[in-house]
Amino acid sequence: MYMDGELVYDVVIIGSGPAGLAAAVYTSRAHMKTLVIAGVKWGGQLMITGDVENYPGFPDGIKGPELMERMRRQAERFGVVIMDDDAMDVQFEKRPFSVKTGRGAAYAGESVIVATGAEAKWLGLPNEQRLIGRGVSSCAPCDAPFFMNKGVAVIGGGDAAMEESVVLTKFASAVTVIHRKDSFRASKIMQDRVLHNDKIKVIWDTEITDVTGEDRVTGLKMKNLKTGEEREMPVEGVFVAIGHSPSTKIFQGKVETDAKGYVKRIKHEKFKMINENGEAIGYEYNTMTSVEGVFVAGDVHDIHYRQAVTAAGYGCQAALEVERWLSNK
Amino acid sequence: MPAVHLTKSDFDEKVKSGVVMVDFWAEWCGPCKMAAPVIDELADEYSGKVTVAKVDVDGEPELAGKFGVMSIPTVILFKDGNETARQVGFAGKPGYVQLLTKAGVV
Repeated sequence: MYMDGELVYDVVIIGSGPAGLAAAVYTSRAHMKTLVIAGVKWGGQLMITGDVENYPGFPDGIKGPELMERMRRQAERFGVVIMDDDAMDVQFEKRPFSVKTGRGAAYAGESVIVATGAEAKWLGLPNEQRLIGRGVSSCAPCDAPFFMNKGVAVIGGGDAAMEESVVLTKFASAVTVIHRKDSFRASKIMQDRVLHNDKIKVIWDTEITDVTGEDRVTGLKMKNLKTGEEREMPVEGVFVAIGHSPSTKIFQGKVETDAKGYVKRIKHEKFKMINENGEAIGYEYNTMTSVEGVFVAGDVHDIHYRQAVTAAGYGCQAALEVERWLSNK
Repeated sequence: MPAVHLTKSDFDEKVKSGVVMVDFWAEWCGPCKMAAPVIDELADEYSGKVTVAKVDVDGEPELAGKFGVMSIPTVILFKDGNETARQVGFAGKPGYVQLLTKAGVV
């Protein structure tokens, strides 16, 4: 893909959520020639988030898209080149690495940071995809106002489901949260907002089997997993918030991933650090993937925290390690 | 030529002939912010071939309702007043160009 004589960036960052853009701020401030392949849909999950209340530095909260615009401007201030183009294929076999994009360009980098994040999962119901944009949605902050005085359901039990439910109460006449288990995994503060809201009802232990409607959603079919009872419920909106899966399709076979597709951070023996007594005290690079020179940051490798602030933190770690690795190389 | 803003009073008149691409959007919608510069670019590039227009769903809920728009951004392509294609969710420039290509417009 890469042609001799073309520009070689010090680092090519794939992804433009908090991980990718935080990394870009660090590498560009350190005078490394930095390219961000941002994706056609740049900005990551915060672009479809309403209020962000837990990102430090914003005591009154901030809208997700506004936070991402600020991060982008901050990176651009230090000279980062940002391409709103999708990475379609990568070459990690020899350096410089290269990344091919949707518009047919190829970019070369001495190092790469994979920060492609994760995307919302769908339920996989027979009529779900057909009704997206016709009542089925994965983004309450985007679509809630269309459900003024209508009955809606939210599927899921995590923080995202809680947030979507609360957002929807401002518009919908009734909000029903439907969850497969008998308790939520959401944080306590988010659970409380749902459980203490008169407009929100919860249906536990229940799996959705299909969504009904011709031109627009008219209802849901569901099954109680404990009693086996099947029933239908009329709703005009269905908001799916059942979690995320990592965006790693183009990296399969290129770097090691786990069974769920998350990119793995690998401890390379050659970078083991030994103290004067000959004891191992850790590894020089903690954000490196199975390929030396390819690093990873954010939700694409993080199954534990998945927060905007942890993603930004991982971006910082990867950027500092890239800088060290390039100067030691 | 930048994208024109349509309201319910001039919508039918503007859409009834030729090819018109209408972007349903709102101020509070993150993905619409990503779409806006792309829509303006398309308005420039296809000037003379396609009229590119915008409908603010907050100001024009009747138009959003009439076309069953329940998620934004939604871009609807009209040919002589009839809907010929629809893209729900931001598709990036390639997605919108594909919409025009599939409809045989360009």
